Amino acid sequence: MSEAGFFTTRLDEAVGWARKFSIFQYPFVTACCGMEYMATACSHYDVDRFGAGLPRFSPRQADVLFVVGTISHKMAPVLKRIYDQMAEPKWVVAFGVCTCTGGFYDNYATVMGIDTIIPVDVYIPGCPPRPEYVLDGLMKLQVKIQEHGVSGARSAPESRPAELVR
Amino acid sequence: MDPTQTPKSIPGEPETREMLLNVGPAHPSMHGIIRIIAKLDGEQVLDTDVEIGFLHRGFEKMAETVDYNGVMPYTDRLNYVSPLINNVGYCMAVEKLLGLSVPERCHYIRVIVSEISRITDHLTCVGAGAMELGAFSVFLYMIKAREFLWELVEMVTGARLTVSYCRVGGVKGDLPEGFEAQCRHALQETRKVLKEADALLTRNRIFVDRMSGTGKISAEDAISYGITGPFLRGSGVAYDVRKDCPYAVYDRFEFDVPVGTRGDNYDRYLVRMEEMEQSIRIVEQALRDIPPGPVLANPETGRPIPAAEMVDEGKMGRIAGIVDHRAVIDPTLEGAAKSQHGGIEAGEKRVFLPAKEDTYGNIEGLMQHFKLVMYGHGIRPPKGEVYFPVEGANGELGFYVVSDGTGSAYRVRVRPPCFAIMAALPKLLVGDMIADITPTFGSINMIGGELDR
Amino acid sequence: MNAASLIQALRDRFPHAVQAAHSYRGDATVLIGRESLLEVARTLKEDPAFQMSFLMDLTAVDFSAYGKKRSPAFFAHSGVAVKPSPEIPDEEPWPGPPAPARFVVVCHLFSLPLKHRLRIEIPVEEADAEVDSLTSVWASANWLEREVWDMFGIRFHGHPNLKRILMYDEFVGHPLRKDYPVNKRQPLIGPIN
Ligand code: SF4
Repeated sequence: MSEAGFFTTRLDEAVGWARKFSIFQYPFVTACCGMEYMATACSHYDVDRFGAGLPRFSPRQADVLFVVGTISHKMAPVLKRIYDQMAEPKWVVAFGVCTCTGGFYDNYATVMGIDTIIPVDVYIPGCPPRPEYVLDGLMKLQVKIQEHGVSGARSAPESRPAELVR
Repeated sequence: MDPTQTPKSIPGEPETREMLLNVGPAHPSMHGIIRIIAKLDGEQVLDTDVEIGFLHRGFEKMAETVDYNGVMPYTDRLNYVSPLINNVGYCMAVEKLLGLSVPERCHYIRVIVSEISRITDHLTCVGAGAMELGAFSVFLYMIKAREFLWELVEMVTGARLTVSYCRVGGVKGDLPEGFEAQCRHALQETRKVLKEADALLTRNRIFVDRMSGTGKISAEDAISYGITGPFLRGSGVAYDVRKDCPYAVYDRFEFDVPVGTRGDNYDRYLVRMEEMEQSIRIVEQALRDIPPGPVLANPETGRPIPAAEMVDEGKMGRIAGIVDHRAVIDPTLEGAAKSQHGGIEAGEKRVFLPAKEDTYGNIEGLMQHFKLVMYGHGIRPPKGEVYFPVEGANGELGFYVVSDGTGSAYRVRVRPPCFAIMAALPKLLVGDMIADITPTFGSINMIGGELDR
Repeated sequence: MNAASLIQALRDRFPHAVQAAHSYRGDATVLIGRESLLEVARTLKEDPAFQMSFLMDLTAVDFSAYGKKRSPAFFAHSGVAVKPSPEIPDEEPWPGPPAPARFVVVCHLFSLPLKHRLRIEIPVEEADAEVDSLTSVWASANWLEREVWDMFGIRFHGHPNLKRILMYDEFVGHPLRKDYPVNKRQPLIGPIN
């Protein structure tokens, strides 16, 4: 291993470590899941322990987009716009089964999973997910952030398997 | 100046121009997704246009495609801060359609859970409203109290938020053991929090200044807009479905309907605070009066028997009184170890889903469950249409159900209480300052799932 | 007033406008021709005998698929018998949807001083789906009528701002009509799935 490689990896690790404990999230709260989001964020479950306690209400200052709740087709352009406004590096968490797959609202009004519009890093299913699930998802996200590195491009989100695309 | 008049520029003065401000649909001070387009003169709101529908999820269309019991999970997600009231409202509408009456104990349970839900809803509304005015600690306290109540809800229903607890013809399970004690404890804690919040807010200078006198609406206007619930009571009209068209067993309890006088945000805050107190009163009375469920334990031995043993007994033909046994389910089905359900479900066996102990424990229960959930079987109310109103946390929550005699509803319509209030929002905001949008919107307690369905 | 006397009072007052009436499960319901809707509504609101101060709800039902839903013949006899509870009066059977009109606009009224409820139904033909707007009588009609327009495509004559409310302007069709497929999507962005 070359000298430079050694330093880069160390630097990567340090930056990753710093990043994963200073998550500035943008909560894009639309629906019922927002209640559980609130419960997670408040003192009882306390996401601050994971360094994610400070929501930023401007997408330009946030690194992680929490999409919380059903996204309807009317809302979809707004979500996309907010995602585009965020600066790199950015991550997206799909909170609740509605954002993961559309849930049981398989009808004319709703988007069947936000990964059809924007890439998603962590899926937290559940309707709504319990706060414990959310914390688990957050830890998974931290692992992902840690692996991200300084220079490396973000790992492209996997596209949906063909058989799931109708 | 008359706020509805466009300001004219006076000669010699700098010209005044109106400004359009777009708030939402994703805005930090809006705990919901709506868009307000406000026309401003300086800081004064001249006119507003409100756009909703960002959370339209097709509830009414989905309800036509599933069977009657299948609508239950969708109703949870209408007003997701007080899902149990929606459950109760929908069930009672279908029961009215069927002409079915449920046991006394079930009514009491429904009242208890509805009132607990009402408290959680008001807690969230007041807490979030206060947070948006900068009182973050109140929000944390209120969520703490809500957490106690949600634990209670979880104890009864098995879920925190999306409960699907009611069934057409009853409720899913009886109140668990130790419920009463825990309930009293939770209410005690809630009272403490309310006291704290009261001390922090009611005489707080900033809070009072921002709340009183803003978002005013007169009683006539409110009635004309179809506003109900705490919002209407803030304007001095004592209309409460629980008092005026009592359902379940609400006519047996003593409680007051608080009303305001001025119809502003501050009055509505006071009404909500007092209503929580009244809800606690109702729950306490209901806990005192609730009749025991008729079926409790094995009448001979008085001891609960494991489900497997019960099945064995049944196989050996010893079935006398077997449905009265209290079966204890295998721990792998944790949470299912509840007593038999005679006291909480209607006598009409073709309507309600059986208790899980029955479904797993004996063939009759299994068949009953199977017959009710299979496509083409299930509840089939007679042809007809009914409207049933209950008092939701935001006002009158009505369900209008049309049946064509098949296994799924022909049309289910919800009368969403906050829809009417949102329709009056332009009226509430005009003439106020732009900063008053936040407290006014907070006091509406707009819930997206209910507003847009 | 109870359901029967409410219906009778309305019949006496408007012998021509009231086309039919029933009180299935205790809900007073009258069927009104759309020509006389505004007149009846005004009277209901202002007359001291009715005092319908609230327009609680206004919606519509599309009856075009009524009775056409097939339930599997095999199961035709399972289901539930009706055993009306003693608390609910069940003298009158439900007469069925008001054929031949496709739509019915349904209003639920409530009188705060007198505590009675009334349901008004206005049959509407598909070819000429238009009713008089009630916005001049009750302010709550404004958004409710917009929703009915959005979901069913029934127009309201004299409405100040009849545009879509829940769906977006680009949406084609009216989703709560029975012939709109439940999962026919019209996304603004992204794939159709
Ligand atoms: S996943 Fe469930 S709880 Fe979350 S927004 Fe969707 S329906 Fe609501």
